[in-house]
Amino acid sequence: MGLTGISLVLFLIVHAGINACVFADLADPGENGEMFNKAAHFMGSTVLIRITEIGLFAGIILHIVQGLLLTAENKKRRNVGYAVPYTAGSKWYSRSMGLLGTLILLFLVLHLYHFWASARFTGRGLEPVTYNGVEMHNMFGLMKATFSEWWVVIVYALGCLSLYYHLAHGFQSAFKTLGVHNKRYNAMLSSLGYGFSAVITIVFILMPLSFVLGWVG
Amino acid sequence: MEHYNMNLTVKVWRQKNSRAQGNFENYSVKNISSEMSFLEMIDVLNEELIVEGKEPIAFDHDCREGICGQCSMYINGKPHGPWQANTTCQLHMRAFKDGDTIVVEPWRSAAFPVIKDLMVDRSAFDRIVQAGGFISVNTGNAVDGNSLPINKDAADASFAAAMCIGCGACVAACKNSSAMLFLSAKVAHLALLPQGEPERKSRVMNMVAQMDKEGFGACTNTGACEATCPKEISISNIARLNHEYLRASLTAEK
Ligand code: HEM
Ligand code: SF4
Ligand code: FES
Repeated sequence: MGLTGISLVLFLIVHAGINACVFADLADPGENGEMFNKAAHFMGSTVLIRITEIGLFAGIILHIVQGLLLTAENKKRRNVGYAVPYTAGSKWYSRSMGLLGTLILLFLVLHLYHFWASARFTGRGLEPVTYNGVEMHNMFGLMKATFSEWWVVIVYALGCLSLYYHLAHGFQSAFKTLGVHNKRYNAMLSSLGYGFSAVITIVFILMPLSFVLGWVG
Repeated sequence: MEHYNMNLTVKVWRQKNSRAQGNFENYSVKNISSEMSFLEMIDVLNEELIVEGKEPIAFDHDCREGICGQCSMYINGKPHGPWQANTTCQLHMRAFKDGDTIVVEPWRSAAFPVIKDLMVDRSAFDRIVQAGGFISVNTGNAVDGNSLPINKDAADASFAAAMCIGCGACVAACKNSSAMLFLSAKVAHLALLPQGEPERKSRVMNMVAQMDKEGFGACTNTGACEATCPKEISISNIARLNHEYLRASLTAEK
């Protein structure tokens, strides 16, 4: 759980970084997603990154299977519940990791359909663009089209919010699972976890929001 | 502290034996002194039940001074009741006011089956300790002070872990019914001292294996155990246990 969780966190850092390229459009409105399209093209056409992608998928699937099994197994350990549940001793999101993970999973299905399936297989909604003689997908254009509808933006925002709470517990928990027991480090990792989760969530939510509000694109 | 008397409604889980279907019963108790302990309040209620020819409420208790860990009651949604760092026997009735309804349940965990009413079978803990919570080296006679140098921080951390009284409140509080706080206290207590060193790796492997066999859930670091533990065992012991376990899995001879 801890190892797969941390590898997903590493992926999120790269993912958020690449996506933040859409904001190059803010500095230079004529840019029209060039920087982002090139970054996406690089990610899609580099062999090493395609191999890493296989690892990422294996990691996600392993994490989901482990997570759902863990949640189900742990539920069985209390066959008779309490009339008055004990909620004061822990945070609601640390008790709801299975639910939050499932919400992320539902969001992921939609998200992969929107972008990944389109870029890799179906080509749905994709136009070619050419920069310096290299033809590539206009992913920026696909984002703009996808995020022109408010319901999509709201579903994305809710997906990212689930991710925030999942990571607010998961980030620091992963290190404890891996045996970091120095109290000072644990406190630092816990603060870092909240900060990281907040930054990642804000960057991700800002993207669809910027498109729908016409700040970029 | 001002003394007062109160009338209460106590809603208690009644269950004939481990196979019977249990249910809650409401009892009213009158004239309870704020200076009584929670167990004394149950004693008063039981005396009345006996006079009425009814079956008294079965509950575990022994020392009634917060050191044996027997008094397992889940009171108003928290193991050992509303006070922090406290056992049920040390919970005083001044924690409640006149007219309150108090809900009392047994520990709930598949690994702690109810024997009768509020009594649960905690022998799973004994079997975990039997699997490795001891040292088998002969440490000889008590040595002179300071002849066996032990780092002060390690000694303090070991002592803090050794405070665990094996009450099971951590399991009762955990949404996963995990016994990790208990086990981590037992493992940390010995792993931090030179006397525990020879069996350090086999101890953690055997105790974790026994814990899994007993049907406790897996820890997800929610922190409910630490918040309810009467002896304030720190959850950082669980991360220490994970460290000990990883180290032993990677380097143990067999
Ligand atoms: C896609 C569906 C997902 C499901 C079903 C899921 C489920 C879970 C579950 C049940 C746990 C264990 C709960 C706990 O330790 O308290 C967990 C932990 C964790 N998850 Fe997820 N998760 C999902 C996606 C993600 C994603 C996308 C990330 C990305 C960063 C992530 C990061 C983590 C981390 C860091 C932990 C902590 C590991 C630990 O405590 O040892 N999860 N997840
Ligand atoms: S760790 Fe605390 S709550 Fe758990 S058995 Fe020991 S004393 Fe009781
Ligand atoms: S009866 Fe011994 S700790 Fe409460």
